[in-house]
Amino acid sequence: MPFALTDEQKLLQESVDRFVERDYGFDVRTRLAESETGWSAENWARFAELGWLGVPFDEAAGGYGGGPVEAGLIAEGLGKGLAVEPYLWTVVLGGGLLARAGRNDLLEELIAGNLQLATGFAEPQARYALHDVATKAERSGGDYVLTGQKAVVFNAPSADRLIVPARTAGGQTESRGITLFLLPAGADGIALRPYRTMDDGRAAEVTLSSVRAGGDTVLGEVDDGMALIEPAIDVATAVVCCEAAGVMQALVSQTREYIGTRKQFGVPLSSFQVLQHRMAEMFIHKEQTQSMAYMAAVRAAAGDGPAASRAASAAKAYASEKGKLVGQEAIQMHGGMGMTREMPISSFFKRITMIGSLFGDADHHLDRFADLSGGRTG
Amino acid sequence: MDLDISAEDLAFRDEVRAFIDRSLPSDTREKVRRGLKLTKEDHVNWHRILHANGWGAPGWPVEYGGPDWTPMQRHIFEEETGRNHCPRLMPFGLKMVGPVIQAFGSDEQKAQHLPKIASSEIQWCQGYSEPGAGSDLASLKTRAVRDGDTYIVNGQKTWTTAAHWADWIFCLVRTDDTVKKQEGISFLLIDMATPGIAVKPIITMEGGHEVNEVFFDDVVVPVSNRVGAENKGWTIAKFLLGHERTSIAEIGRSKAQLEKLTEIAAAEQKDGAPLIDDPRFREKIARAEIDLMALEMTLLRVVSAESAGRVPGPEASLLKIRATELQQELGELLMEAIGYYSHPDTPEAREFGWNEPSVGPDYAVSLSPAYFNLRKTSIYGGSNEVQRGIISKMVLGF
Repeated sequence: MPFALTDEQKLLQESVDRFVERDYGFDVRTRLAESETGWSAENWARFAELGWLGVPFDEAAGGYGGGPVEAGLIAEGLGKGLAVEPYLWTVVLGGGLLARAGRNDLLEELIAGNLQLATGFAEPQARYALHDVATKAERSGGDYVLTGQKAVVFNAPSADRLIVPARTAGGQTESRGITLFLLPAGADGIALRPYRTMDDGRAAEVTLSSVRAGGDTVLGEVDDGMALIEPAIDVATAVVCCEAAGVMQALVSQTREYIGTRKQFGVPLSSFQVLQHRMAEMFIHKEQTQSMAYMAAVRAAAGDGPAASRAASAAKAYASEKGKLVGQEAIQMHGGMGMTREMPISSFFKRITMIGSLFGDADHHLDRFADLSGGRTG
Repeated sequence: MDLDISAEDLAFRDEVRAFIDRSLPSDTREKVRRGLKLTKEDHVNWHRILHANGWGAPGWPVEYGGPDWTPMQRHIFEEETGRNHCPRLMPFGLKMVGPVIQAFGSDEQKAQHLPKIASSEIQWCQGYSEPGAGSDLASLKTRAVRDGDTYIVNGQKTWTTAAHWADWIFCLVRTDDTVKKQEGISFLLIDMATPGIAVKPIITMEGGHEVNEVFFDDVVVPVSNRVGAENKGWTIAKFLLGHERTSIAEIGRSKAQLEKLTEIAAAEQKDGAPLIDDPRFREKIARAEIDLMALEMTLLRVVSAESAGRVPGPEASLLKIRATELQQELGELLMEAIGYYSHPDTPEAREFGWNEPSVGPDYAVSLSPAYFNLRKTSIYGGSNEVQRGIISKMVLGF
């Protein structure tokens, strides 16, 4: 049956919802976001205990044999509580790349909760193009020497290892000739400029100055890094769309609650039809984002290829556009209260805004979807 | 009908431009241009510079120290100051309580307050909204109870912009709760230094401090500080709705933002070419420019009607809605233009004088905070829902 969750998936969903409801109140979340690392090592250990860190990986790698759908369900649940733990960066993207490269040794560490990852998939000039890589890796004996800059590397301040695409051949925007390197975050020549992000995450500008990397640091095949990173980003895109659906659900339910209780002119705001209809629109956008996100996750689970890429781009174009509308409407209907940092709704709004451009904004994915479709529909 | 402004008005525009060029402090211009944090001194200092030139109270008649400009000249002044990166003149004295005192105040009140508003010696803030009275302003509960020659004021105001900078606050207070809610409201001028007033900051989502809560605990206010008759405060509130509302269009500032957007889109790269050459993005800029044009042409029609002696009514609501939506649209495009550099939150880089290199391009640091902050524009000053209600009622007759 399309879209029917298995019993195991339902259990997973319930366990994430329970965690968020019981242990992830907004005040807790605020405290974690303000802490030194910006997230909770204690929660991370619990994620490991609950098996969430191993959910998307093969049993051979010590995982639980799930995939993008299960990761998406977790992200959706965490999105409802606006969890600040770097699940997307370490497990979904970083772990996804390690799995594709067959690095089961490191996956074990990751699944146990002892490894944090960050991936430098963006460069200052590249906007959202993964293949625009100016960072160079030049051969030097059996080693490589990496030089370049990576922009807005999410979770870099907490990462034990960095995954860095660098050019080993070809021109700056060629898809061929990119190689992925797995580097210790503290390697000589790596400099981080850490900062907070608008939605209370952590990231850094990463500068590589003649970083020496042995041949064994290469993930996957030399010159063929795109074969790894493009599908891995598609999966992460599907998963972040699931998170967007969770965030949108919270935006809708909190706004519903607010206009149902806030009285003006002697009646609840919810008695005004203009607001009822606008909330109905928000609900529709949230439902359809969820549908698109699940579709993208299911396509990704079926294997890499144009179908998964098209689905990811369709879902992301949709989620970026509708997420923006739902967020803006949620703030508007909260009135002045929605503008305050104190009110949770503003943090949900900031997260949905920032998700809008993660892995590419609506325009980027519209273009990509059209390119992948080649005039074909269905 | 033609679209050209007169030779006199053109000469006036040149005069305003030349004055700004000569007199606006360069650091202030830089802060406004780059969207950096402005201090109270930036606002006050610019106001005093204008005052020294006889332009401290642009909308006021000559008898109160104004330049006695025509509606067109006022519009030109607003546009030029906005477009050329001048700080906003705080509206609470100049555009709100000033005109109220001129229309309804006693001679003593005029003498006491008007010169100090025009010269920016005294800063004002507006005590209207309350926690339970936002769109439904008339349901306000802050009470003023008569006690001889004084009122004793108790209650709370909220969303009070610049209360932390203000010397005085003008308030709508309830003086009679036995009558229809609009009929029991009075308009009081209150010295912020009076014992019993407490100001508590409200931090907005991007981290800024513009608005406050203001608490009144047995605050003693002389009856002579009431403007107009007791229980006639609602008339004054309504008077303000139609007063000097054309400046709400923010044409000059939106033009400056559009220029900035064009510059940034030319500097940003997409697929190895400037973002501004991307058909999708180009079209969005064009759309924003057309929206701006539509607003400007509508505004000019309103200004023209004003010149013929008509007071704008529901047109003010139209201008408010479209102007705020346009500001938000431009803010959104600016954030969109910078791609991943919309993510870093570096508040220190939004302070003037921060000398370290920024994360990402210099122009990026204030754009996401501005996008978040601009959400307020469709909420404040009578939410856009309230404005649509006014159009429905006053124009469409529903």
